[in-house]
Amino acid sequence: MSAKPSAAARVVLVTGVSRFLGARVANALQADPSVERVIGVDTVPPTLPLGRTEFVTVDIRTPNIAKVITSARVDTVVHLNLVTVPQLGPRLKMKEINVIGTMQLLAACQRSPDMRRLVVRSSAAVYGSSPRDPAVFSELDEPAEPPASGYARDAVEVEGYVRGLQRRRPDLVVSLLRFANFLGPDVDTPLTRYLRMPVVPTVLGFDPRLQFMHEDDGVEVLRRMTLEDHPGTFNAAGDGVLLLSQALRRAGRPHVPVPAQSMQVLGDLGRRFAGLSGFSPELLRWLMYGRVVDSSRLAAELGWRPGYDSATAFDEFVRAQGMGGNPPAELLDRLAGALGGTR
Amino acid sequence: MSAAPEPDEGARIIPLGNGYRPPPEPEPDDRGSFERGVAAGLSFLRRRMSGDYPVDEFGYDPEFNRTVVLPPARLLFERWFRVELDGVENIPDKGGALIVANHSGTLPLDGIMLTVAAHDHAHRDLRLLGADLVYQVPLLGHLSRKAGHTLACQADAARLLDKGELVGVFPEGFKGVGKPFGDRYKLQRFGRGGFVETALRARTPIIPCAIVGAEEIYPKIADFWPLARLLGLPYFPITPTFPLLGALGLVPLPSKWMIQFGEPVPLDEYEATAADDPMTVFNLTDHVRETIQHMLYDLLLRRGTAFL
Repeated sequence: MSAKPSAAARVVLVTGVSRFLGARVANALQADPSVERVIGVDTVPPTLPLGRTEFVTVDIRTPNIAKVITSARVDTVVHLNLVTVPQLGPRLKMKEINVIGTMQLLAACQRSPDMRRLVVRSSAAVYGSSPRDPAVFSELDEPAEPPASGYARDAVEVEGYVRGLQRRRPDLVVSLLRFANFLGPDVDTPLTRYLRMPVVPTVLGFDPRLQFMHEDDGVEVLRRMTLEDHPGTFNAAGDGVLLLSQALRRAGRPHVPVPAQSMQVLGDLGRRFAGLSGFSPELLRWLMYGRVVDSSRLAAELGWRPGYDSATAFDEFVRAQGMGGNPPAELLDRLAGALGGTR
Repeated sequence: MSAAPEPDEGARIIPLGNGYRPPPEPEPDDRGSFERGVAAGLSFLRRRMSGDYPVDEFGYDPEFNRTVVLPPARLLFERWFRVELDGVENIPDKGGALIVANHSGTLPLDGIMLTVAAHDHAHRDLRLLGADLVYQVPLLGHLSRKAGHTLACQADAARLLDKGELVGVFPEGFKGVGKPFGDRYKLQRFGRGGFVETALRARTPIIPCAIVGAEEIYPKIADFWPLARLLGLPYFPITPTFPLLGALGLVPLPSKWMIQFGEPVPLDEYEATAADDPMTVFNLTDHVRETIQHMLYDLLLRRGTAFL
């Protein structure tokens, strides 16, 4: 363990490798010749081909993860196992994977003398959503109302444990990334399910400001963070914002405003009878008050800007989903054409 | 129809986000003005329906503000309150500046009138800092964001000033807007001077502003506080017409308004640490407050009777 961290990561461990983000990050890392080994761990076998990434079935909630880290002399851990979708079972299980899994993993990292760098995927959801928040969050801003439930709360706790590790192992380079909502062809989150509903309910009287991150940009950020030293906490979101109303118009989705109280009932009905994922309290608050983060610190640190801003990331998602027909706008086009007007 | 952009509006559109295409330059054609109006209206509707318009990170939608919020406000400004302006040249053409004004009128119509004044006569978009109550109310909060305003907090104010925006603040807050009619034109305490700190940090000038006329639109003669407490409001006003005449009591009385912008108070000579020196902040706060109070007395004399 040298005082000066070496430039390149040699043995990288990626958690959550069987989900879209983990698989893509592992693929990006193994393409780099300076990385000797990429080890992917998850509880279920990967769905995407992983190339030269070595897959190990291990539950990070168990001490077995420490064995993997020591025996392979892992020097870089990329922790992407934050579960944001309660699809794997009840909420309790999700919390256990997020929090207990992180605790076990960090305990193993603290013990290992080979460890040099830790990259943790967190979420901008740690800022919560409330009407008393500043319009734009920088990394130093405290939320007016910290999230009280769901994966957002888990992310807050995960960040707490990461800071604890940082105190005990000041020699580690720790990068913490607070990502805005991911969008992309492979992304399946409560948000994408919400947008795919046949008629999208919005909360009456609310039009939140939203930000998106294209998955390609997310993978690039994580790749750079893994291969280079960028210690600190960074917000990561596409430039610009979209209002929910604007996003739904761009997607050409039929939408109907619903009072906030009925929204919860509607979500429960959808979950019970239509196999939808319902509306978690944090999703509902996000649909009311939205959230915007300032990712200029990340851009300055990496000397790089996301290739997609929030609007183009959303348009890309719309195209991949085959949405985007907008009958009222097309009608207007025909009307304008008939009148001989210039568009 | 009012959707047709005004001729001098072309340069006022600020391209903010990516993905925004400025509307194509209208080609010189020989069609009648009616047809051009229809075409412009259709293209406006199409832009709105396909979500193809820019919104900044505060949720400000300049096109929405220009076409939906400002026209009715302008009608009030010109016809109902017959606002007279003074010192508009004190608002800089560009760059950050903080307008500090007195607050009155039970309902904050003075903010809306100030927005019209800045937009139509100084050609600046005024970004007001509003009470958090505004942002907790459905519809109102998001309407306010679309009109360019945001929550009164140091982070937002600093971010707007750093972007070179014209920011407006009413440091009296609810103490000013909800004061009884008997206390009209008596400035209340100016908060804790947070606005001075923010302006000092951003090194932007403070423009004192006096608004005369708003006090008389809803003369608050009593406060039914039990109901206010029940509804979670800072006050429940009783005016000569409200709640006596029901919804009709919400029509503001047609008082004569005057708005004066004073000489900017330059802050760029202060040290960077001045914002952390409470004495400097207090002195500047008092100076701004005194200036506005004098301007108010001055304007009141010039205006004469309230409703003619």
